[in-house]
Amino acid sequence: MSLQLMADIFANNWQMFLRGAGMTLLISMIGTIIGLIIGILVGIVRTIPMPEKGTKRTVLKIINKLLAIYVEFFRGTPMIVQSMVIFYGTAQAFGIQMNRIYAGILIVSINTGAYMSEIVRGGIVSIDNGQFEASHAIGMNHMQTMINVVMPQVIRNILPATGNEFVINVKDTSVLNVISVTELFFQTKSIAGATFKFFEPYFIASIIYLIMTITITRILRCIERRMDGPANFIMAGNQMQVERPEDIVYKKNRDR
Amino acid sequence: MEKVIEVRHLSKWFGSNEVLKDIDFSVNKGEVACIIGSSGSGKSTLLRCINLLEKPTSGEIIYNGENILDDEHNIYTYRTKLGMVFQQFNLFNNHNVLSNCTVGQIKVLKRNKEEAEKIALQYLENVGMAQYINAMPKQLSGGQKQRVAIARALSMEPDVMLFDEPTSALDPETVGEVLKVMKDLAKSGLTMLVVTHEMGFAREVSDRVIFMDKGVIAEEGKPEEIFNNPKEKRTKEFLYRILNGNDD
Ligand SMILES: Nc1ncnc2c1ncn2[C@@H]1O[C@H](COP(=O)(O)OP(=O)(O)O)[C@@H](O)[C@H]1O
Ligand SMILES: [Mg+2]
Repeated sequence: MSLQLMADIFANNWQMFLRGAGMTLLISMIGTIIGLIIGILVGIVRTIPMPEKGTKRTVLKIINKLLAIYVEFFRGTPMIVQSMVIFYGTAQAFGIQMNRIYAGILIVSINTGAYMSEIVRGGIVSIDNGQFEASHAIGMNHMQTMINVVMPQVIRNILPATGNEFVINVKDTSVLNVISVTELFFQTKSIAGATFKFFEPYFIASIIYLIMTITITRILRCIERRMDGPANFIMAGNQMQVERPEDIVYKKNRDR
Repeated sequence: MEKVIEVRHLSKWFGSNEVLKDIDFSVNKGEVACIIGSSGSGKSTLLRCINLLEKPTSGEIIYNGENILDDEHNIYTYRTKLGMVFQQFNLFNNHNVLSNCTVGQIKVLKRNKEEAEKIALQYLENVGMAQYINAMPKQLSGGQKQRVAIARALSMEPDVMLFDEPTSALDPETVGEVLKVMKDLAKSGLTMLVVTHEMGFAREVSDRVIFMDKGVIAEEGKPEEIFNNPKEKRTKEFLYRILNGNDD
């Protein structure tokens, strides 16, 4: 290997690298936003108080079961497998060839949605019961309570976790190369194939991934510090990347 | 006397624990009724059953001649007729003071924003919080929060105000400002049902005192009767304990 070779490969292919990075950012950003929306909707539905009897109860139970299966399935299987199943599955079942970019966004969105559902649910549970009671006492129903009182607080509290999902998505969209989405990994693979060099293109790709994730992490940390975030919402069961242990300590001290 | 709310044979079980035992009582229009009693006697549960934050196990709650525990009754409309003030204030953390007092009016009563703000401002004025309309709840002291919570409930223009130990979570120096507001409200002819440990307030302001013990109404009457001349032994014991500074 030589630095010269590395520089040459980048100089000759920088447009492909950048286009790949752009696609990676686009898919992971849209996927995170749609995933957040899915998570919020699922969270609202899963916290509807269970009626004591009647058909409403049965319907709600079935919906909750289906949502639980959705969350379990997408959290319990690798995204690379999900990509194949969804892309080739729909092609086989309905005879349609999905646009690969849309397919990529779809896969990242529903995958993120599954994680965000749990995060949102944790966020809802962490809201003081007094907020719900005050809303009900004033005559609000579940939807009004959620929209006007609970969700604005939840969204604020889960912003760190959402940013974290974004960073994870930047890395994980690389699996979409199996359905030929032209994101950064796919582009790198093409460059490697064309130049018959492997180490250099992938090393460049890793640097680009690193620049993206570090930049996003920095920006998010900055935003978080600026917002007076939650005092006592500790994320559990989540692969925390944005928030470091020292951030948690910092927050605790600040809120004291 | 016109009854605003009438509770008949109300029982509430938590699991195998009977917290309210066959309660019969009513709130009359324009009166101030205070509920006193040791902690754990079921005072909060009674209040919370009245506005259906807890579902009574059995019994009836009559409002406007109808039993609101009937299945087809709209509990959301009913709740707008009752203002609730909590021990822990429970202001909406994501709304400023003004918006705390308008969100219910706008979203539930469907008043327009202008009208809602006008009404809210009037009540915030009454509780002395009009100059804080842009403050967020976390920027306020306990006494200020509770005054806003009172204004929030009043802004819905309810038929009855329910207070659940509104001063128990306050620093001693801010208890007075909240009691003052409540006294003014009492004088204005508002119908109030107040759970309180403030015996001075109960004695001075209320038309009727209800003493609860172990899930039943053990004694009720005019404040002078209850405080000067209680009939029941357990009322005497409770008053002795609380006036000597050790409840429980
Ligand atoms: N949500 C609940 N679940 C189980 N038990 C409860 C609940 N709320 C209150 N209780 C019990 O009911 C009894 C009466 O409580 P409460 O009405 O809060 O009394 P008070 O307000 O007079 O102090 C207590 O023994 C309490 O432990
Ligand atoms: Mg209580």
